[in-house]
Amino acid sequence: MSNYKSKEMLSKLGPLFGLILLIIVVSILNPSFLSIANIFNVLRQVSISAIIAFGMTFVILTGGIDLSVGSTLALTGAIAASLLASGTDPFLTMGIALIIGLILGAINGVIITKGKVAPFIATLATMTIYRGLTLVYTDGRPISGLGDHYSFQLFGKGYFLGFPVPVVTMVIAFVILYFILQKTTFGRRVYAVGGNEEAAKLSGINTDKVKIAVYAITGFLAALAALILTSRLNSAQPTAGESYELDAIAAVVLGGTSLNGGKGWIFGTLIGALIIGVLNNGMNLIGVSSFWQQVVKGIVILIAVLMDRKKTV
Amino acid sequence: MIEMSGITKAFSGNVVLNNVQFELADGEIHALMGENGAGKSTMMKILSGIYTKDAGEIKVDGQVVNFKSPKDAEKLGIIVIHQELNMLPDLTVTQNLFLGKELTYGKTGILKTRQMEKEASQLLSKLGLNVNPKTRTGDLSVGKQQIIEIAKAIASNAKVIVMDEPTAALTDREIETLFQTIRELKAKGISFVYISHRMEEIFAICDRITILRDGQYVGVRNIPETNFDEIVAMMVGRELGERFPERKSTIGNTKLEVRNLTVNGLFHNLSFKLRKGEVLGVAGLMGAGRTEVAQTLFGYRKASSGEILIDGKKVVIKSPIDAMKYGIGFVTEDRKTQGLVLDFTIKENITLTNLDKCASSGIVNQTKENSMVAKYIEELKIRTSGPEQRVKSLSGGNQQKVVLAKWLGTEPDILILDEPTRGVDIGARKEIYQIINQLAEAGVAILMISSELPEVIGMADRVIVMQEGKLTGEVMKEQMTQEIIMQYATGGEKGVQL
Repeated sequence: MSNYKSKEMLSKLGPLFGLILLIIVVSILNPSFLSIANIFNVLRQVSISAIIAFGMTFVILTGGIDLSVGSTLALTGAIAASLLASGTDPFLTMGIALIIGLILGAINGVIITKGKVAPFIATLATMTIYRGLTLVYTDGRPISGLGDHYSFQLFGKGYFLGFPVPVVTMVIAFVILYFILQKTTFGRRVYAVGGNEEAAKLSGINTDKVKIAVYAITGFLAALAALILTSRLNSAQPTAGESYELDAIAAVVLGGTSLNGGKGWIFGTLIGALIIGVLNNGMNLIGVSSFWQQVVKGIVILIAVLMDRKKTV
Repeated sequence: MIEMSGITKAFSGNVVLNNVQFELADGEIHALMGENGAGKSTMMKILSGIYTKDAGEIKVDGQVVNFKSPKDAEKLGIIVIHQELNMLPDLTVTQNLFLGKELTYGKTGILKTRQMEKEASQLLSKLGLNVNPKTRTGDLSVGKQQIIEIAKAIASNAKVIVMDEPTAALTDREIETLFQTIRELKAKGISFVYISHRMEEIFAICDRITILRDGQYVGVRNIPETNFDEIVAMMVGRELGERFPERKSTIGNTKLEVRNLTVNGLFHNLSFKLRKGEVLGVAGLMGAGRTEVAQTLFGYRKASSGEILIDGKKVVIKSPIDAMKYGIGFVTEDRKTQGLVLDFTIKENITLTNLDKCASSGIVNQTKENSMVAKYIEELKIRTSGPEQRVKSLSGGNQQKVVLAKWLGTEPDILILDEPTRGVDIGARKEIYQIINQLAEAGVAILMISSELPEVIGMADRVIVMQEGKLTGEVMKEQMTQEIIMQYATGGEKGVQL
């Protein structure tokens, strides 16, 4: 049995070996990759996409998908920025933004469960709606002049014990979410719903509640990412977060989570997000043209998925 | 016209047909009958080229043939009409009739629409079906679609048409039309193999009947020279080979009472009582509505009307969560799609129903969970390398024990078992029977749906029988015989109406 388990563990850690290999290659091609400044830079960029991808992991584990995360990020970011600009207390602002994110996510969950709409379609619709609402709310213009709130600035640009605050936020979010998925009854139910929804329902699990909760969590995390982004840029863009959903899905898949649901873990997603971050940064350092970067990124995703496929056969 | 002899077929060592014979004359309607799993459909799949036989011989018009695919059989005019019709509902009648063999201008792929429609309406009127060939097929009744299937078979020059339970979804009038069509085609020399559980239909339309049991050929009879009782005896004649462990339970008060329970279109006005410590068998043929009753009791299906009483009090069960609150457990028929999360471990599956018992404020207590799981693995003798083994790598019997453990963990007062030993080997079967007995002895009220008559007779204190959504009989332990249950299940003889 221990052999059985260790084999499974080994295949789960595949993405980690991929990341290490990638770091080695990039640092040989350009040693400045390993400078503290650059590493912090990579991690800061990754923190936003990783936090979104954590939420996406929950959704994908239930067998769903959420295309609306980028729009949720834009809308909650715009609301936070306008509240700050009008002089609202930064902590109150952050609370409001997070709650709105939670609600926007829960709306997705309710449409999917109570309206019985396929997750892809439901969130495609809300992606468009939330983006449209952002444009209406901002009148299509960036919101700046957020004032000089030290605590809010700290959120995106500050350091805590020598580490960038967004990175610390990402790590804390990771630890909490990892715990929820692996150690709580809710986490077990997330896997059960994705593994066999009918069996879960027939075992007395309120599958609708579980699904609404995972979309709500995803909305909440998108709002958290929005706060980091708004703080870093000291403004909110109505077009913020476009195509973030695709990066998040890529990170989840790179981390070995199955799009069919029920299989995967959030540690893999963290690694997946780091792979994408290191790849982007590395290619910039090496001087790969931004056009080719897209091609390379796509190929890496394909290779990862094909290797995963081979493993499961 | 067709002679099959010595047909033998095994799937991974499991012999499903052993030296079976079957004969079909020109213009004959020949019934094929047997219990579920007797080998009827395997036999017909061999005749139509879907399966290849391991041994035996098939002759068509005196020539030995070897079908390698359904196409080979079709070339000789052998066509199967399956129980689930093969019609594409969004296509027109014409499009369905010519599906895969459309008339075109040479090889251009351009369709001769007019000509196909003309031929279609000729064919339909020949079969006495008054339908515009441009109609969307899904808009027609199932009965008409059934006849269009026959038309399709005739369009491809069928000489032998195999029909699997053709009347399952038809109304009486539609059945009459179907029979008329079949008789007319028979007069033109077309032969039919007619698979059905409905005795009266077989007597109404068939010339001969061949009976199979447990993959063996039992015999063939001319319909005018046989009767209902003889056929039932031939079908169920097996001896009660399996041993059922004895039970010493005392049957107590009524635990569950069902009054006039109805789900429109599935079952109607069902009333019965289930007592503490009792094993109540539910017998009937496939499609009689037994699983649907269980699903309704468990809140997985919505009742149209009727009442459910537990301990004499009326209860409303709207979801499995409600059912579980009232102490009901449900071991589903299909463990792979409804019972287990296959990618989960044994441990995770067993605690799926009762994880809250091993958790405080939502956090799972691993020690508690492990000890609870270890207890059930030992009690139910689940053969495994450990609680972390994934259930998909377990044998059928051990998987079924995991499903049972999952429900024992909820400590149910009422346990519904739907085909509890399907796909379970004989050794594990007996262990499952022992578990059922222990539960009944502890006072659990057990509702056991089973298609295996020996199992029902061996295990149940009382049995209720369903036929096509209706309760047709109730038999006490002392009076139970396979013949009586089968009579109620096939509606061959009107028993005591409940």
